[in-house]
Amino acid sequence: MGVPKRDDEIEGRDGTPVGRRAALGLIGLGTAGVFFGASVQSRIASGLAPIAALDPTGLTGLVPGAGGFRIYTVTGDLPERSRADWSLKVHGLVDEPFDLGFSELTEMEPTGLTADFQCVTGWRVDDVEWKGVKLADLLDRAGVQDTGTHLRLTSFDGAYSESLSLSQARRDDVLVAYQMLGKSVTSEHGGPVRLYVAPMYGYKSLKWLETIEVVDELIPGYWEERGYDVDGWVGDSNSRSDEPPEVSGT
Amino acid sequence: MIQREPMTGAADTAGIAGTNTADAGPASPSGDRPVCVSSRDQPVDAVVGDGVVRFDRAERWMHWANATLVLVLIATGSVMYIGALSGLIGRRVLVEAIHLWAGLALPVPFAITLAGRWNRGLRRDARRLGRFLNDDWLWLRKRFRRSGALRIGKFNGGQKVNAVLVAATLPVLFATGVLLEWNGGLSDSWRTGTTFVHDWGYVGLSLLVLGHILKALADPVSLQAMRRGTVPRRWVLAEHPRWHDELPPVDGGPSEEPPKG
Repeated sequence: MGVPKRDDEIEGRDGTPVGRRAALGLIGLGTAGVFFGASVQSRIASGLAPIAALDPTGLTGLVPGAGGFRIYTVTGDLPERSRADWSLKVHGLVDEPFDLGFSELTEMEPTGLTADFQCVTGWRVDDVEWKGVKLADLLDRAGVQDTGTHLRLTSFDGAYSESLSLSQARRDDVLVAYQMLGKSVTSEHGGPVRLYVAPMYGYKSLKWLETIEVVDELIPGYWEERGYDVDGWVGDSNSRSDEPPEVSGT
Repeated sequence: MIQREPMTGAADTAGIAGTNTADAGPASPSGDRPVCVSSRDQPVDAVVGDGVVRFDRAERWMHWANATLVLVLIATGSVMYIGALSGLIGRRVLVEAIHLWAGLALPVPFAITLAGRWNRGLRRDARRLGRFLNDDWLWLRKRFRRSGALRIGKFNGGQKVNAVLVAATLPVLFATGVLLEWNGGLSDSWRTGTTFVHDWGYVGLSLLVLGHILKALADPVSLQAMRRGTVPRRWVLAEHPRWHDELPPVDGGPSEEPPKG
């Protein structure tokens, strides 16, 4: 009559318990990966680096551990602005506020430096070449008044913003960058012009830079309002202890 | 939410429309089942006319609830992982929140399905999927698969491999995801390792799910099994002969096999 076999009569009594072994194996592998993944990852990254350098598609960057950039945008689309339409406004507590076009920026004395890009969430891209103008030079050009203590930097995406103290902003390894890895900064990476704060975590390096305002108080930026440290030193903030990036000028 | 046994859906004659409407009830008058029942509520491995219940209602519900969560997780994960998509979609904070909540909900469909008395189908099929018989190993090799001589049970070797790997990958992704969100106690090196595992798990799971979807789309009967529950008995005999042996014998009604004598 129409009764299926009992539970203990169906397939599953015999054979190899592959399911249990695979589950235990993968869980073991995952656990090992948590402990040793960091060193495996650096080996993958160095192994793939020569291939990635020649890969025009960028697909190698998608291999987990290959050390590619991850792209963060906080608004609904990728902010795009051509060089011709782009300009930088430096204002606030300064003697001579000014607007600067892209070509005027590149006419200023350039500074190059090579440094690791460290994200607060853990990924790191080694030896990224940057070229731009020292933020300090722009501040000197505007003439910061005595009452100014901090900068508020905003992005033309309409949402992203950052803060720096004046002493942080005047460091030699803080750039208003227009070249990255030998090419123009793409809009994915915050182009045409972005900030690059070498000694701090990536979120401090504001993308799609549009205004720099000198203010007399600390105004926390976008990620700082969401729990990240205002002073985002690599290795010494956000309860992380990464190695500070090695910075070399060119 | 999930009715236990066949009586409740009696009025839902549309439920059996997919396979065989003409002869839904058992032909035997002495049958102790109601004459007209919906195959939607039938227990797993039951025979309804010419149809066989491959997945019961609880299994199907779990599959689609889980599939929805996994697809949301893969989609939001891809947006965060693949730079080109991140640029296109943006909205980092929202995407992160959706990913987090879908991830936290991931064990829920499984827990609900396992916790109730409706868990019989899930338990039976998990048992089948978890063990490899000799013919399952052979099935994985094309030469033998083509021969048609293998006695395949309810699931073939490929289905077993896929199910086992998905079932083992999901807890790894869940655990590393939880660690990444509440990472207070982790050293940097462990956090990097956790990200590494989560990323590889994402790549692996995406490939498994992609393969699963392509295979399902290529086989209308399999797809119907997960949509409506039943498959034709003919198909069972042809594709999964060992499962056919586990079904109740054909009595009375239109028989596929010549009577043994």
